[in-house]
Amino acid sequence: MLKAEHLTYIYGAGTPFERRALDDISFSVQAGEIAGLIGHTGSGKSTLAQHLNALLKPLSGRVLLDGTDIWDKKDARNARFQVGLVFQYPEYQLFEETVYKDIAFGVKNKGVDEADGKRRQPTESELDISVYSAMDFVHLPRELADKSPFELSGGQKRRAAIAGVIAMMPKVLILDEPTAGLDPQGRREILGHIKAYRDATGASVVLISHSMDEVARLADSITVLSEGKTAMSGTPRAVFGRADELEALHLSVPAFTKVFRLLREMGVDIDDGCYTAEAAEAELLRVKSAVSRGAGEETC
Amino acid sequence: MSGAEAKTPLIRFENVSYSYGDGPDAAPALDGVNLEIHAGEFIAVLGHNGCGKSTLAKLCNAVLTPSQGTVTVGGLSTADENSLLEIRRTVGMVFQNPDNQIVAAVVEEDVAFALENLGVKPEEIRERVDRALEAVNMSEYKLHAPHRLSGGQKQRISIAGILAMRPACIVLDEPTAMLDPRGRREVMETVHALNRETGMTVILITHHMNEAQAADRVLVMNRGKILLDDTPRRVFAEYDLLEKHALSVPQTVQLTHYAGLAPALDVRECAQTLYKWLMGEQPC
Repeated sequence: MLKAEHLTYIYGAGTPFERRALDDISFSVQAGEIAGLIGHTGSGKSTLAQHLNALLKPLSGRVLLDGTDIWDKKDARNARFQVGLVFQYPEYQLFEETVYKDIAFGVKNKGVDEADGKRRQPTESELDISVYSAMDFVHLPRELADKSPFELSGGQKRRAAIAGVIAMMPKVLILDEPTAGLDPQGRREILGHIKAYRDATGASVVLISHSMDEVARLADSITVLSEGKTAMSGTPRAVFGRADELEALHLSVPAFTKVFRLLREMGVDIDDGCYTAEAAEAELLRVKSAVSRGAGEETC
Repeated sequence: MSGAEAKTPLIRFENVSYSYGDGPDAAPALDGVNLEIHAGEFIAVLGHNGCGKSTLAKLCNAVLTPSQGTVTVGGLSTADENSLLEIRRTVGMVFQNPDNQIVAAVVEEDVAFALENLGVKPEEIRERVDRALEAVNMSEYKLHAPHRLSGGQKQRISIAGILAMRPACIVLDEPTAMLDPRGRREVMETVHALNRETGMTVILITHHMNEAQAADRVLVMNRGKILLDDTPRRVFAEYDLLEKHALSVPQTVQLTHYAGLAPALDVRECAQTLYKWLMGEQPC
């Protein structure tokens, strides 16, 4: 679906502040996949995201969307509609008079491609469908459509901003720290909406975060960046199995994993690849019954 | 703190309610809260967005004054305008977004900002700024530009700006919400060291359950009222009540709960408790 090959990018090249933000990074996401992109501040996550939807042009390497280089045929504009990017704290970018107009902005810009290759403005009813279905995806009540976005609560603003990108129906949805600053309930809700969008449309999702816990629950694959390089990639299980390396990269490891690792060190035969509550509970109870059975056989 | 009960509280809430807006249907953000905070305590305040925890924080240093009831700081009512300066010197506040709190172009000037406003003598400003930057471990950055610092470093500069005023109490309203794990750890270590080494009272408003684990006392708020007020161990033992209000508990507490055990507050304790449970009671 979307593939980045050997990307390199340098900020402030030739100045004293020169910094290699991306250093030969390759990354891909399949159709319908949720890919987690993790790394601490300054690891290159956001720079990579901006390459994926053609906001930054790679110094070397290329980005392929459905097999076509997004910088070929001067088609970067198209890539920006196919690959929707939700920035960090996107609520700061709300600007229109009403929630409806704000969400409709991108859809209008994108336009509708006709069969003859021309582009026209969406009709009112097409616009209604795009805007209201996007509001439905993020559970924003339709009666808020005519309100000023600035009257919404913090969580509602965040959802309105995400709806503005979803309304364009991107094939790849990239979200940069979509839950930053929200409370646990707000975090769960936003992640649920993102999953619902993927499930309903079959789109790919790239979820950028420094919270391992959060990404683990949702992602099919995880890529860990460090200093502009790919430090690890694989299934969540495989990545969490390398807890020591994650901690060395200043990433937080779930407490479940830490406790189970300590138990392993104490000699308990427990699987320390657990990173969700359900898996941890099941594993703990499995070990308990295995130990009880073992002990029973020996002493009885 | 032992024996703290006998002393006069540093901050006292007596039947305090607060409503934003004054329509008759404006739901109170804080609803009949009684609370005593003693010098030297480290208190974590937990709850959902909208539960009233930030309102509670802002009432502590007269950013807001109660719609009903009284808040006193060191015996002075926050509703008395003549006491405002004294109250704000006693209780300092640090907010969520580090970028909204930094005013100067050089770190040490930012830390000195409040002192200059308070009319502190230049040589004393120098001394207090240096001490405050030492306390947050940022001395080597004193001549740097704040906008080039990381989020965690900026937040520590904000804390230093408050420390320079030498308050008895520091209120932090979700100071780590916008930080990455490293920044979060830096800020939490700084705050704990201040409490431990200087006896400064800390009121930490947070969503992060693991930040509450290390507090002396945890307040859980719900719909403007205090739902629980106890040690972290006893608060997290109320697993079902917390679950009912959709408040997550720390993962170590989840694990001990699955095993039907009392809550464990850190990873090592949790592993040891589970080890005993797994190896303990044999069925025959």
